[in-house]
Amino acid sequence: MTFFGHTLKAGLRALAALTALAAAPAMAQAPTQATGTLDAIRARGTLICGVNTGLAGFAQPNSQGVWTGFDVEYCRALAVAIFNDASKVRYVPTTAQVRFTALQSGEVDVLFRNTTWTLSRDTSLGLDFPAINFYDGQGFMVKRSANVASARDLDGATICVQPGTTTEQNLADWARGARIRFTPVVIERLEDNIAAYLAGRCDAYTTDISGLAATRAAQSQPNDHVILPEVISKEPLGPLVRHGDQRFADLVRWVHFGLITAEEFEVTAANVVQLSTTDTRPDVQRLLGRTSELGQMLGVDNRWMVNIIRTTGNYGEIFTRHLTPIGLQRGPNALWSTPGGLQYAPPFR
Amino acid sequence: MSDATADPRFKRTAPKRPMKLSWSDERVRAIFWQVLVVGILVAIVWWLVTNTQRNLEIRRIATGWGFLQREAGLPIAEHMIDYSPTDNYLRALMVGVLNTLKVAIVGIILATILGTLIGIARLSKNWLVSKIAGIYVEVIRDLPLLLQLLFWYTILQGLPGPRQAINPIDGVFLSNRGLLLPWIQWEGAHTAALLAALVGFVLTWMYSDLMRAKQMEDGQPRRIWPIGILLIIGGPIAVWALLGAPFTPDVPALRGFNFRGGLVMSPEYFALLVGLVTYTSGFIAEIVRAGIQSVHSGQWEAAQALGLKPGVVLKQIVLPQALRVIVPPMTSQYLNITKNSSLAVAIGYQDIVSIANTTLNQTGQAIEGIAIIMAVYLSISLSISLFMNWYNSKIALVER
Repeated sequence: MTFFGHTLKAGLRALAALTALAAAPAMAQAPTQATGTLDAIRARGTLICGVNTGLAGFAQPNSQGVWTGFDVEYCRALAVAIFNDASKVRYVPTTAQVRFTALQSGEVDVLFRNTTWTLSRDTSLGLDFPAINFYDGQGFMVKRSANVASARDLDGATICVQPGTTTEQNLADWARGARIRFTPVVIERLEDNIAAYLAGRCDAYTTDISGLAATRAAQSQPNDHVILPEVISKEPLGPLVRHGDQRFADLVRWVHFGLITAEEFEVTAANVVQLSTTDTRPDVQRLLGRTSELGQMLGVDNRWMVNIIRTTGNYGEIFTRHLTPIGLQRGPNALWSTPGGLQYAPPFR
Repeated sequence: MSDATADPRFKRTAPKRPMKLSWSDERVRAIFWQVLVVGILVAIVWWLVTNTQRNLEIRRIATGWGFLQREAGLPIAEHMIDYSPTDNYLRALMVGVLNTLKVAIVGIILATILGTLIGIARLSKNWLVSKIAGIYVEVIRDLPLLLQLLFWYTILQGLPGPRQAINPIDGVFLSNRGLLLPWIQWEGAHTAALLAALVGFVLTWMYSDLMRAKQMEDGQPRRIWPIGILLIIGGPIAVWALLGAPFTPDVPALRGFNFRGGLVMSPEYFALLVGLVTYTSGFIAEIVRAGIQSVHSGQWEAAQALGLKPGVVLKQIVLPQALRVIVPPMTSQYLNITKNSSLAVAIGYQDIVSIANTTLNQTGQAIEGIAIIMAVYLSISLSISLFMNWYNSKIALVER
């Protein structure tokens, strides 16, 4: 029955997006041009953040109904940058199918929703990817009892996959290349998709490895499931904003770079307040707003990074808090100074 | 005759009044209101279209139909025409339309049969039969369809896996991968035989019309079935034999993870079909019951007085009259089946909505995607309506 509400909501959202495009006066509904998303958020008093419908480690409401997770921390960090208040966020859960329309129509200000950056999405949706906050790749999960050691053994398998994702297309590409025949089962809602896999309707479930880890961690017997070693694609995940509002895109981008830079200089939630007055390294002084006015250039308070790190911690702390518990390694998401790490931030200068 | 009795005053036409450009002239008022209403409508449509275009441009959202020719890259489990992810979006959408038709047409036929049987059962003099039919109707009608679909799908998912499949007869397997039946390897000769059967059916129908007309002339009943069997069964067999009589059995067998070969009915399709048929048959049963009850009891009594058996009374006397009441609301139920089949998204059956949704998600062209969905449902629904209206006028009471 919750499903019914969900489908209804999804449908309404798609319709709302269309109506917004069709019926709203061009200027009023395109804050990207005239007034700017940042001003619209300030006037409203809350940031509206599009997140996943429920993916452990990334975005999921806890038992008190409070959203937590890696993506949620980014929403909070952005709210702190704008309002210096992490609670001024409204979370809108979006399915893979409606996420883009929700952002296009102005229903949400920004998407932090494990979305893969691709060329066609960058150019044809009217949206922009300001940063990559998680380097991922697609993999497969099977039941241990199936005795499958490699994705190459999946010939003839039935595979559960969410529609409207790059995952779906990667799967088709990979199967063609590897000469593997498979039957897809495509169910829109993530939970129902996983349920079909667990019920045995599918032999394997495929999505980004982070998603597999999150799903596996949420099971009562995580060890009954195996994530196969093959990684069949590159999945750079990042936030999305509407195309054309460079000011807001800059802010989202530099919030991410700030979190990376803080980890690089070992600025943590515990020491940031103290370091903001005592640290003598010029880089840290600029990052924390003691010298120069980098915050102001982005249209926010100069002590924005102090406030953010005090609330969410740096990138490494966020990762350790939310993604390490579901069994994810830093891997390519380690700082570039670590072998194999890709997370790199341009200088705060 | 009539000319002589007609009052000459009535033959005169009313004097032509010159139109005055005044509010008091009713013709001027009528024209004014019509122009105003049409003008407002045109203005609204114009505003919607230009505003949408401007918004799309400002947001730099791609528009146009070029995407239909691009490679779709989306895998589809069930396709009645050849399809692979390397085909373009147009072909993927066609697969979706055919999948929608597959569930709608089969659903309409089965729901009509089941609904009619239950409707008649509800009027049965047998207490148990009528009560069971009554309970069926009340329970099925009162539960939301989506809930029923999820119920059937969950049950089908609970079936054993392919390795422990239920195997009642050789070659028939029931598992959570669906129902597998032995089949033949389909070749051109089979398609030709199928067409021959279709032609045979039409010819039989025309022949029976002709014979009925002759019976009207001389009162002699004529047997139709020998010619009918020859045309419907003999013809296709002859065609098949002439084309070399190909016959290669295709028996499903477990290989690796899944079954290979055979005729597959997937759990998604099965759940959707069963859900739609049971749900809609509840409504159809009530329509059929209302139709039969609308025939005056005097008709029953008169027919029984002639010594006709109850079955014959129902078939020859009551149903033809009841049909006139039954057919119009039946059209709505057929439309409902077609439209409700879009709930397939919830259980992963890839109908037109599912595929168009994925398409619009991947291309970002929501307006085109929604337009395609609307055009498809509109075409199917209008076709059903047209056919049912034609059928309705055909069975309408011929008044003499």
